[in-house]
Amino acid sequence: MDLNSLPAILTPDLGLLFWMLLAFIIVFIVLAKFGFPAIINMVEERKAYIDESLRKAHEANEKLANIKAESEQLLREAREQSAQIVKDAAAARDSMVSQAELKAREESARIIAEAKAQIENEKQAALNEIRGEVARLSVGVAEKVLRKELSSDAAQMEYVDKLLDEVSSKAK
Amino acid sequence: MNRIKSILLSLFLLLPLSTWAEEAAIDIPEVVMEHLSDAYEWHLWSYAGQAYSIPLPVIVRSERSGEWICQMGAEELPDGFFLNAEAHGKIYERLSDGTTVRPLDISLTKTACQIWIVVLLMLAVFLCTARWYKSRDEKSEAPSGFVGMIEMLTMTIHDDLIRSNIGEHAYKPFAKYLLTVFFFIFFTNLVGLIPFSGNVTGNINITFLLALCTMFAVNGFANRHYWQEVFLPRPFYLWPLLVITEVIGVFTKPFALMVRLFANMMAGHAILLSFTCIILLGATMGLGMAWGLGLFSGVMLLFMYCIEVLVAFIQAYVFTLLSAVFIGLAHREHEE
Repeated sequence: MDLNSLPAILTPDLGLLFWMLLAFIIVFIVLAKFGFPAIINMVEERKAYIDESLRKAHEANEKLANIKAESEQLLREAREQSAQIVKDAAAARDSMVSQAELKAREESARIIAEAKAQIENEKQAALNEIRGEVARLSVGVAEKVLRKELSSDAAQMEYVDKLLDEVSSKAK
Repeated sequence: MNRIKSILLSLFLLLPLSTWAEEAAIDIPEVVMEHLSDAYEWHLWSYAGQAYSIPLPVIVRSERSGEWICQMGAEELPDGFFLNAEAHGKIYERLSDGTTVRPLDISLTKTACQIWIVVLLMLAVFLCTARWYKSRDEKSEAPSGFVGMIEMLTMTIHDDLIRSNIGEHAYKPFAKYLLTVFFFIFFTNLVGLIPFSGNVTGNINITFLLALCTMFAVNGFANRHYWQEVFLPRPFYLWPLLVITEVIGVFTKPFALMVRLFANMMAGHAILLSFTCIILLGATMGLGMAWGLGLFSGVMLLFMYCIEVLVAFIQAYVFTLLSAVFIGLAHREHEE
């Protein structure tokens, strides 16, 4: 086939093929090394960065919600605790007051009892003393009587007894 | 009164055009083919029978002496060389025995020059864009303006076209190649639409090389499963028939890529040139035809020009898309 019978644009041309190949290889090597990777890498990095930022924002949002819930929880707990403390304090106060009252009552009862016992003792001692005194007095009286009237023994003894009885009954 | 004035004015303006057109009858196919073809000079315009053009470097290796001949333009060639009118005006060499041969010719022709212009443009655009990123990291703002447009375009092709069509597991090694292919075709198509520029992607040599690269990219790295489908297609009782179609298919896929891009871009240029010629043709047919055809062709020309800008993108997109699909087929994981 005679290629020259074809139109010029359909005729193979070695020179043109050579230049085209050379130009294409040069443009391919340069752009594949310095042109396209710069653009593609940057866009992909930017995409990764945006994705990462979105993810972080979501996380932060979640954290914020968690913190809010947590703080609310804390607040509620604190409130409960303070109420509990107040209640406990009131109870403690009440129990302390009642305990103190009880103690005071006991103490007073004890003191009263002691006082009573002491009074009894004192009374007993006083009685004994009085009895002794009476005996002494009666002995003195008897002495005096004896000294005065030693004539009639029997009448005088009777008299002494009578006196003693009077004294003792008086003392009683 | 105003209307008469404007008609007279237009008549006056069209007068030199019609006189020029009468002198040189327009052979539309000839003009179109000439503009689509490669040349040793960059033709700017012709006026009064005189062509104004920039001579381009001619680099030819003589078959007789093996010497390299480097000169500007092919107006005056050394002894033994001549422009062969029967072979589209290419440089031929007449040997001592009288036979003519085509010497090794790597002249920087109009098409080759335009390829280099595209290369420089691409390098400028993408290296400037890449430099913008150098002083920034992923935390800085996304680019706007020109860099933003290039980034958007690059990432659209990279994500929607290459990544999704080849598949997540295999797209990485081919992404840079396919991006280069896309932008090379796109820039070449766009530069080809600038007035005074030539026709690059509408030349079969260019699309042939691009398709050859894609064929290598598809078949050179294909997995076992792909070759199994080519040479051992199922069902087995249809094996002889299927293996033939599959083997032919290996070659028809890049062939279709080559022809599609070539035909689309060539046809686009041809239409634009034809409408331009029709305006000039109308000028030779009297005032009425000049106005009618001129207006009609002018509107159609503008319309087609807009379409061609669209086609420039679409063809680059389709070439890259199909390349990505073919590469994806060669890297399909064994399903079922």
